[in-house]
Amino acid sequence: MSNNENVLVKISNGGVQKNGKWLVKDVDLEIHKGKIVTIIGPNGSGKSTTAKIALGLIKKIEGNVKRFTNKISYVPQKVSIDWTLPLRVTDFMVLTENLSTDDIKYALNLTGVEHLILRNLRDLSGGEFQRVLLARAIAKKPELLVLDEPVQGVDFAGEVALYGLIKKISETLNCGILLISHDLHVVMSATDYVVCLNGHVCCSGSPVDVARDKHYKELFGEKSSQLLSIYEHDHDHVHTSEGDIVKNV
Amino acid sequence: MFDDFLFRSLLAGIGIALVTGPLGCFVVWRRLSFFGDTLAHSALLGVLLSVTFDLNISLTIFAVSSIVAVILLRLQNTTNLPSDALLGLLSHSSLAVGMVVLGFLSFIRFDIMGVLFGDILSVNVNDLLAIWIGGAIILLILWFIWKPLFASTVNYELAEAEGMRPEIVNTIFTILLAALIAISIKMVGLLLITGMLIIPTTMARNLSNNPKQMVILSIIGGLLSVFIGLYTSFEINTSSGPTIVVVALILFILSLMGIRKKNHG
Repeated sequence: MSNNENVLVKISNGGVQKNGKWLVKDVDLEIHKGKIVTIIGPNGSGKSTTAKIALGLIKKIEGNVKRFTNKISYVPQKVSIDWTLPLRVTDFMVLTENLSTDDIKYALNLTGVEHLILRNLRDLSGGEFQRVLLARAIAKKPELLVLDEPVQGVDFAGEVALYGLIKKISETLNCGILLISHDLHVVMSATDYVVCLNGHVCCSGSPVDVARDKHYKELFGEKSSQLLSIYEHDHDHVHTSEGDIVKNV
Repeated sequence: MFDDFLFRSLLAGIGIALVTGPLGCFVVWRRLSFFGDTLAHSALLGVLLSVTFDLNISLTIFAVSSIVAVILLRLQNTTNLPSDALLGLLSHSSLAVGMVVLGFLSFIRFDIMGVLFGDILSVNVNDLLAIWIGGAIILLILWFIWKPLFASTVNYELAEAEGMRPEIVNTIFTILLAALIAISIKMVGLLLITGMLIIPTTMARNLSNNPKQMVILSIIGGLLSVFIGLYTSFEINTSSGPTIVVVALILFILSLMGIRKKNHG
């Protein structure tokens, strides 16, 4: 993984200590244009922390991190909107960048929630909210997209469709994506590089390599390495949020 | 002469309401109402300093409130005390220190009630200039930092990750708040300025469904409170600051019916 022109973020030996304990340690990671890097690992293994290191949100780190772009979109793991702040989807879409109504609608349409444009964010279901978060991140046309469990709460059919969308985004926008996920089965097929984390990097490489790695099997169980095969086939259609089938063009 | 003075206080009230509307929204959104209180309490020290050393009152209050804000931000970073405890500590100790200092200054004729609750009679042309020029500068700066400030209000980390520099705009916002307190103490008083900031805003929240609407409605609420409050205080001879806040409260109570209607269809 080295072609310096295409590197968007490079973490070397990254680590974070809190109250004398390592949250995560010795992380080496590169994110390249047009590629998806997926971080997997159990709870508390330092996935979100690693994403925050990549984004520069944590100031006191060991090692170092370099970012070669500032066109960044971020979908945090948790966003809560206070009741005192009335915020519609359309207001949220332009939070960090001004967009035309067409761009807003286009992005919401991609994640299947265009009909929610005038709804208040607090009235959305968990899954709908995630789709809006993802739409906002995409609409900015970023060079680097950091997604911290972007499909939590989304139904299974929607999950598959959204991962398909993320894959498509990385190709059409040629942006680098750092994806954090629990959904091994779906993710393993839609990614270029997998980092398996458990306080440190257990193993990393292509999905196929990682699935065969013994550390991976120890962390996620023997069966998980067979999951990969489920999605090793081509799609000729996608699903909308209502479950309708739309043929790929 | 009466007309002249009525006109002056009206102008002062309008100037203040135009600024408290948008700033008040951020105070409520960011849950800073206690913080506003703390800055306002520290203004007593500012008033005393300005009287003792014959300094410009608005600038002195601004300086003292800003220093208290900086001390607070420092304490938040260096101690593990929860921020409401820190605010209480600063708020009440600055009020107490102010009162103790006032005891030493027995040779100065000083209207403490005017500082606590506002004194419309004392609004002169210089105060008007301070309110309108200061207010215009506050609004202008707020306009420039609106987007990053709003983004970091919604989600701090998201704003920072996407290059919005929330730390800087938060500090600027704190300074704007200190400046607002500096220009409005004479009119509304240090015990009531937070009410002026948050009561029209909470009324606006009850009636609005997006941020822009909420800002506009809270400005309108503030203006209505000033108009009706001033008129009433002249008619029935009550003190102006509290009367304005009472009108704001009545508007808030009326807005609750707006909520009820919304919820029932």
